[in-house]
Amino acid sequence: MAFWARQISIWYLSVKTSSVANSIQQLRKTHRTWMQLHELSVLSFLCTDNHFPQHGLKTYRSVSLGSRLQSTNSNNGQILSEETNLLSPVNHYQQQAEVIPSSDTKTLYEVWEDTPPSSALEEISEEEAVQIVAEPPLPLGSFTLQDYVDRSETLSQLVLLGVDLSKVEKRPNAGQFLLRLDFEKDIRKRLLFLKDVGVEDNQLGPILTQNPYFLAVDMEALETRVAYLKSKKFGKEAVARMVSRAPFLLSFSVERLDNRLGFFQKELGLSVQKTRDLVVSLPRLLTGSLEPIKENWQVCQVELGFRRNEMQHIVSKIPKILTANKRKLIETFDYLHNVMGIPHHILTNFPQVFNSKLLRVKERHMFLTFLGRAQYDPAQPSYISLDKLVSMPDEVFCTEIAKASVKNFEKFLKTL
Amino acid sequence: MAAGRAARTGLNGLFAVYKPPGVASIRVRDSVETLLLKELNSLEQPAVQQQVRFLPNTVEGNAGKELTLTVTQLPVLAAHPLVRGPELTHLKIGAGHRLDTKSSGVFVLGVGHGNKLLTDMYNAHFTRAYTVRGLFGKATDDFSDTGRLIEKTTFDHVTRDKLERILAVIQGTNHKALLMYSNIDLKTQEAYELAVERLIRPMEKTPPLITAIRCLQFAPPEFQLEIQCMHETQQYLRKVVHEIGLELKSTAVCTQVRRTRDGCFTLDNALLRTHWNLQNIRNSIRDSKVKVKVELQRSLGHQARRGKRHTDTDQVAESE
Repeated sequence: MAFWARQISIWYLSVKTSSVANSIQQLRKTHRTWMQLHELSVLSFLCTDNHFPQHGLKTYRSVSLGSRLQSTNSNNGQILSEETNLLSPVNHYQQQAEVIPSSDTKTLYEVWEDTPPSSALEEISEEEAVQIVAEPPLPLGSFTLQDYVDRSETLSQLVLLGVDLSKVEKRPNAGQFLLRLDFEKDIRKRLLFLKDVGVEDNQLGPILTQNPYFLAVDMEALETRVAYLKSKKFGKEAVARMVSRAPFLLSFSVERLDNRLGFFQKELGLSVQKTRDLVVSLPRLLTGSLEPIKENWQVCQVELGFRRNEMQHIVSKIPKILTANKRKLIETFDYLHNVMGIPHHILTNFPQVFNSKLLRVKERHMFLTFLGRAQYDPAQPSYISLDKLVSMPDEVFCTEIAKASVKNFEKFLKTL
Repeated sequence: MAAGRAARTGLNGLFAVYKPPGVASIRVRDSVETLLLKELNSLEQPAVQQQVRFLPNTVEGNAGKELTLTVTQLPVLAAHPLVRGPELTHLKIGAGHRLDTKSSGVFVLGVGHGNKLLTDMYNAHFTRAYTVRGLFGKATDDFSDTGRLIEKTTFDHVTRDKLERILAVIQGTNHKALLMYSNIDLKTQEAYELAVERLIRPMEKTPPLITAIRCLQFAPPEFQLEIQCMHETQQYLRKVVHEIGLELKSTAVCTQVRRTRDGCFTLDNALLRTHWNLQNIRNSIRDSKVKVKVELQRSLGHQARRGKRHTDTDQVAESE
C-alpha cells in the first residue's frame, strides 16, 4: 500500500509542478493512469467497461470516473481519451528503481487519509499474485480506434458483429461516441430491436458501419417510427428491407418521414400502393435530400419531353432515375433520342437504358451500326430490344445480338 | 500475404491502355488505380495475429477451488482488417503523354518504379503516330465537329492528288524544321550514323513537328490521314486539318484523333477497358520491359554521345 501511495503522490506532484506532457511521461513510467478532473480539463474522459476481473483485492482497485468532460479539440476523428481502470503494477522488483525519492511523499501523507500504503516488497498470496494483470497503458489520445479495440469489450463485440471500425472512425465524433457506449446497456437493446424488426444478422454490421449514430437514438423514438411505418401499411419484410438498405431511416423523425412520403405522393402523382412500392424498392429516397429529386423530375418533364404518365411508369420501374446525375441523364437521353433515333414510347418501355453507362451504349450502338444491325424499331425485322443492348455482358452481346466474335468487337473498339 | 506481395512485385514498369473517347485521361488513370487496388486488397488475406494471454481461471485443485493461469491464444483485434482498414490505399500510377477528352488511343501509364522510366521516355523525345479523320465542308471555332459552326463551303473541287500535294508540302516544311531543330551539321560522319539509325530528331523542347503525313482514305466529304509527329498536342492536329482545308480552298473539321503509337507502345499492346485487371497489366508490363529498355538506350545513349562530342568540339574551338 505504501508503494501505492508513493505512486499516487508522485503523480500528484508532477501534475502540480510540471506540464501535462511531463506528467504523461511519469504516468507511462509508473504504468498507471489516474487523472484529476479539475487538474486536466483538456483531456476528456471515458468510461471503459469492466473488462478486468474485479475480485476486490486490496492491491487492485478499479475506479471509474463517472463524470465526462467534452473535449474541445476533437476534430476529424481525433479522440482524446484515457482509461479509468487502475491497473496494478507488475510485481517486478526492477520497477521500484524508478520510484521517485520519498522526501516529498512525507508531506503528502497527511492529505491521504486512507490506510498506509503497502510496500511492493511485502509478500502476497498465490491467488493475489495470479490475479495481477499487467498490460501497457492505453494511449491518452489517439486518432484511431485500433489502440482501444483490444481492451474495450464494446469495440470487440462490434468488430465481431461485422462493424467496419476503420470506416466508422472517419465520421465526425463517431469514434469517441462508440468508446463511451456500453455494450450490455445501450447496444444490445437496439440490436435486439433491429432483429425484431426483421433485419438479418449479417446486415447488422453494415447498418452500424453506415450509421453509427443509430446507437444514440432513443428506444421510444425507434419504436414510434417503426409503428408509424407499419401504420402506413408497410409489411414486416418491407420494413426490414428498408431499414437494411437505408441505415439512416430510423434516425429520421416521424414528421420528416411523413413529409417525404407525402412529397412523393403529391409531386409524382402516384397512387398510395405505387408510392409504397417505390419507397420499398429504393429506400434511400426517404433519407436523401429532396432538391435533386425535384430537379430531375423537372428535367424529365421539360427538357426530355416525357409525358407525366410515361414518367410515372419509368420511375416505378427504375427509381434510380430520380437520384441520377442530371447532366449524365441529359447526355444519355440526347444520344439515345437524337443519334440512335429512338422515340419516347420505346424509351418508356425500356427505362433500363438510363441506368447504364453512356460509353457502353455508344460503343455497342456504333458496333451494331458498323455491322448494319442497328435496328431498334419493333416493327422492322431483326429488331434489337434496348434492354438486351445494355444489360447483357460482352460475350453474350457479341454472340447473340451482334452475331460477331468478341475479338472483332475488341478490334472495332480500338478503332473508335 | 504471400500472394499479395508476389502480385505487387510484378507491378513495376510501363504499360499502355486504350483510352476511349469522351473520358478525361485523369479519370482513366484513376479508374485503373481503383481497379488494381480492389484486386490487390482482395488478394491479401493475412491470418489475424494471435496473442498469447494468460487468463485467470478457477480450477479444482487439491484444497478446494484454486486460481491458476491458463494459457490461451486470442486474436489481436487491432490487426483485424475491419479495424485496420484495407491494406493498400494508394498505388503510384503515373500518366505518360496525355490525351485530351475528345481523342482516344494508346495511353502509356507507369506503375511503381516504372514512373522513373516515364521521365526517361519524356527526355528521349519519341515520336507518336496518329490517325486523324476529317470532314470537308464545315469550319467550326475549335476545329472539331462538335464546335460552333462558323462557315460552310463546297468541296466538289477537292481531289485526292490535290490533297496529297498539300500533304507533301506540309511534310517538306516540317522536315526542314526538324533538321534545323536537331542541331546537327549534315555534312558530318555523326549525322550519317544517326540518319542510318533513323535517330535524327530534336532532343529538346521544340514546337510541334510532323515527321511524316500521308492520306489513308479519301471519300469526300470524309478523309483519313496518318500523322507521325513529336511534341504535338491533339488540338494542334485538329488545327492542321483545318489548315489543310483552307489550303484546298475549302474548309475542314476534324472528327476523330486517335493515337496509334506512343514511342514503342502500339495498338496491339494497349489494353481495352474490359481487360483492365491485375493479370493482364502484369503480363503487359513484362512483355514491354525489354522493348522499352532497348529503345531508351538507343535514344538516350546517342544523346549522351552527341552531348559529349559537342562539348569536345567547343573546347577545341575555344583553344584555337
